Amino acid sequence: MNKPSINTPIWDRERSNCKNRRERGAALANGREVAADDIIRLLETIIEPGDRVCIEGNNQKQADFLAKSLVKTDPALVRDLHLVQSVLALPEHVDLIEQGQVSLIDFSFSGQQAGRLATLVEQGRIKIGAIHTYLELFGRYFVDLTPKVALIAAQMADREGNLYTGPNTEDTPAIVEATAFKNGIVIAQVNEVVDKLPRVDIPADWVDFFVKAPTPHYIEPLFTRDPAQITEIQILMAMIAIKGLYAEYGITSLNHGIGFDTAAIELLLPTYAAELGLKGKICTHWALNPHPTLIPAIEAGFVQSVHSFGSEVGMENYIAARPDIFFVGQDGSMRSNRAFSQAAGHYACDLFIGSTLQIDMGGNSSTATKGRISGFGGAPNMGSDARGRRHASPAWLRAGREGRGSNSMPRGQKLVAQIVETSREHMQPAFVERLDAWDLAESAGMELPPVMIYGEDLTHIITEEGIAHLVRCQNPEEREQAIRGVAGYTQAGLARDKRMVENLRDRGIVQYPQDLGIDKRMATRDLLAARSIRDLVRASGGLYNPPNHFRNW
Amino acid sequence: MEQFVMIFTSTGRLTTSPTPRVCGVVSSGNLEVLVESGDAENSCRIDVSTPAEGFRDIWKAVLNDFVERQPVGGLHVTINDAGATPAVVSLRLDQAIDAFRSERP
Repeated sequence: MNKPSINTPIWDRERSNCKNRRERGAALANGREVAADDIIRLLETIIEPGDRVCIEGNNQKQADFLAKSLVKTDPALVRDLHLVQSVLALPEHVDLIEQGQVSLIDFSFSGQQAGRLATLVEQGRIKIGAIHTYLELFGRYFVDLTPKVALIAAQMADREGNLYTGPNTEDTPAIVEATAFKNGIVIAQVNEVVDKLPRVDIPADWVDFFVKAPTPHYIEPLFTRDPAQITEIQILMAMIAIKGLYAEYGITSLNHGIGFDTAAIELLLPTYAAELGLKGKICTHWALNPHPTLIPAIEAGFVQSVHSFGSEVGMENYIAARPDIFFVGQDGSMRSNRAFSQAAGHYACDLFIGSTLQIDMGGNSSTATKGRISGFGGAPNMGSDARGRRHASPAWLRAGREGRGSNSMPRGQKLVAQIVETSREHMQPAFVERLDAWDLAESAGMELPPVMIYGEDLTHIITEEGIAHLVRCQNPEEREQAIRGVAGYTQAGLARDKRMVENLRDRGIVQYPQDLGIDKRMATRDLLAARSIRDLVRASGGLYNPPNHFRNW
Repeated sequence: MEQFVMIFTSTGRLTTSPTPRVCGVVSSGNLEVLVESGDAENSCRIDVSTPAEGFRDIWKAVLNDFVERQPVGGLHVTINDAGATPAVVSLRLDQAIDAFRSERP
């Protein structure tokens, strides 16, 4: 037998490297468990310069103890990191960059750190690989951005290292699967170590180490909107959405973006929509976080199914008591999954509707402003036509007929709507000739202006002035006038061609409340199925347990 | 703080109510509208008091549309604004006229 020659390829370098790291870490662990006091040393021992590291940060759950610990590591040992993670939400994420331990970041959303991040980019202290949508980043975890070390958050571990992630499972399965099966190290922070888990969400042999954090991981109640703050204008827009869009197309499967505009729609389902006889005909199947404002519609029997990206603080008991509606394990708690819910929102929903900061005259919309790199999150996945979709539904087919004309190959289209008040406070216009995204792209050296929803995907705009059925427009000139026709008293709206807008009204492309048979005087808060957080608690039969800062009674 | 008066010609007339009517509240992002009988039959006088300066053109556009939409001849409208958006201004003006209209002498 020949000895292996010097040229014999080696196929397990990465595996050997991973094994070495695991062995180095094992010296600090008891089985898979590491003491909180040893976590900084563990990170210094395991992480090598140049590693791709994912610090689990979703838009709700945060591996905050591990993030804080990473910031305390020796910059001489832990350096040149390439961060690959959904959200740069914690100050520690940016501290790590400021300390010079990170050379490159790939992410989706930066939330509250948007301003600091923009400053660091402008100073040339950090390079951004790309700003992704969630699904896009998860996709790259399995192609060219696989994490070498993943720092994740779970609610509980058992002695073996099996993890319970519970209602806030969110991104964890996608991160762990990519890391554990491609020679990476998974380190979990947990709130509790128990003998027996309610259920196993992540099996122990995908987890290398776990640590009981001194304090439970932080969860942001991101999707809670207090009905007390919903305005009459938002109620009017919700009426227009329900009658002019939901009823018009018979939309049964959908995703709602975050915000008061869509919360108003949710709270009008058991009242206004029910009066219109729409129960069972619209809004039956959802890809949606468990919005507290959806409780009255669920209780009224409007809703048949809700799959969630993440959970929402305070909704746990309500969800557990409604297993016919939510995705609930045999243990009684929900399981969310951001990757699957994003896929559902993209491929299995007929409508995405959300709010934005700016819309230009081509229908492109963006939440970017100069000096803030805020990223995308998931809206572009859901707010874009799913070109790979092959299953038909009446709403999808109708939008396709309107949007693609009758002489092409029959094909449907996703309904993508933006709902905005034409001016925000301080008269900031929502309609602009040029998006601020262009300035941001220039100052931050981006290759593309960060557009949330492209005009070519946008089928509808709803404002307090009315609804623009962009999908029915024949050419770019009509689209532009349809947009101006609902842009209110913004400069863009005042610059409309009145004659052309009247023509679009005659053809049902622009519709004002009176064209839809909506009496604006009915747009009062009396129409809301719940007018306060307390009303929501009552509607839930006491099962909804809102965070303290939403309690004012 | 900016204060101004705009006078519009309006031939449409309501059966005017004997009592002045107030609509809305002066809280942030909202406004208070007072509707009462005016002096001139074929015109509508609108007094505006607003904390936001430099939006006279937008006020003019909003009030122009209001006067075209509603029969406001012979009315005196007073607006006490607290930073309302044009959408809220339009809504409150319509509500105030409705309230004024509904009360018959």
